[in-house]
Amino acid sequence: MGSATSELPSQRTPLADAAETGLKIVVVGGFGVGKTTLVRSVSEIRPLNTEEVMTQAGQGVDETAGVERKTTTTVAFDFGRISLNQRMVLYLFGAPGQERFWFLWDRLFSGTLGAVVLVDTRRMQDSWYAIDRLEHHKTPFVVAVNRFDEDERRFSLDEIRQALSLGDHVPMVDCDARVRSSGKEVLITLVDHLYSLALSREGTS
Amino acid sequence: MTRKPVDIGDPDRLYTVTGGRSEADDSFDLVTLIVSECEPTPGMQSEHARILELCRHPAALVEISAELKLPITVVRILLGDLHAMGRVSARHPRAARSVAALPETALLQEVLHGLRNL
Ligand SMILES: Nc1nc2c(ncn2[C@@H]2O[C@H](COP(=O)(O)OP(=O)(O)OP(=O)(O)O)[C@@H](O)[C@H]2O)c(=O)[nH]1
Ligand SMILES: [Mg+2]
Repeated sequence: MGSATSELPSQRTPLADAAETGLKIVVVGGFGVGKTTLVRSVSEIRPLNTEEVMTQAGQGVDETAGVERKTTTTVAFDFGRISLNQRMVLYLFGAPGQERFWFLWDRLFSGTLGAVVLVDTRRMQDSWYAIDRLEHHKTPFVVAVNRFDEDERRFSLDEIRQALSLGDHVPMVDCDARVRSSGKEVLITLVDHLYSLALSREGTS
Repeated sequence: MTRKPVDIGDPDRLYTVTGGRSEADDSFDLVTLIVSECEPTPGMQSEHARILELCRHPAALVEISAELKLPITVVRILLGDLHAMGRVSARHPRAARSVAALPETALLQEVLHGLRNL
């Protein structure tokens, strides 16, 4: 966990001065499913991490202080970067799939191109909530199955599609998050999907 | 800074660098690219100075947040100050003329092209 992202000051690699357009793709999935590994394998920088806080008025009033209690929720996430060309740069976020995280979705990830749901077949139930939330936010997504060596059952993609009650329109892809070409293939699968969605929208407008 | 995925704690320590303000300007996206328009000056708030140094070349808001180890909200407030003073400029996602006019399909084709060249 802690070893996944270094806390040391990074050797910053600056963007091209012509960079003008930042784009977002979000990788969501349960605990330890390989989000950071996937981000690292395709990123041109070592993944960095940061956090967002949300302050909420607490219940009731602190009697002794006479002030309203507040609580702060902190959500940590990491990210990597891919310079697509001199002008466009894609940021890839690895985000936890827990409930609290979704309160911050709009503040962090509105305008995102799309999402990758990363699935570990030994813990498929961890993905249900993320899939439900993405559908709720109308964020297009693909499902990438991160194959761990320790998983002996090797469910087929069709079996996984059934287990996740995924519609036929959601692309699925096998991956090994540790391998750059595999991570790249996942991203291409997502953007191909986004492209066909956009094409059918432009065709009907 | 805590690194647990989700953590509940005391809010007040966070906002000392913003003079107590906790409401951020949401016009800065996580991937809005920030560019310095001047050099840091002596006596400037240290966080402002660090941002001006970091943004000699374009840097996304989220990179500034990671480098300064400050939450997104706090960085949004700091950037709002610097922007209001004309000390940084902001390149918002898809605001660039070369992209704003593009249909979604053309934009995505550029993304695909970039990814295939990885
Ligand atoms: N065998 C195998 N191991 C993997 C694969 N992907 C990730 N791992 C390992 O699984 C562990 C967890 O990976 P992370 O990338 O840290 O997972 P994460 O989703 O970022 O985890 P959290 O941020 O803690 O929720 C690490 O030890 C990785 O090396 C994979 O495709 N195959
Ligand atoms: Mg991680």
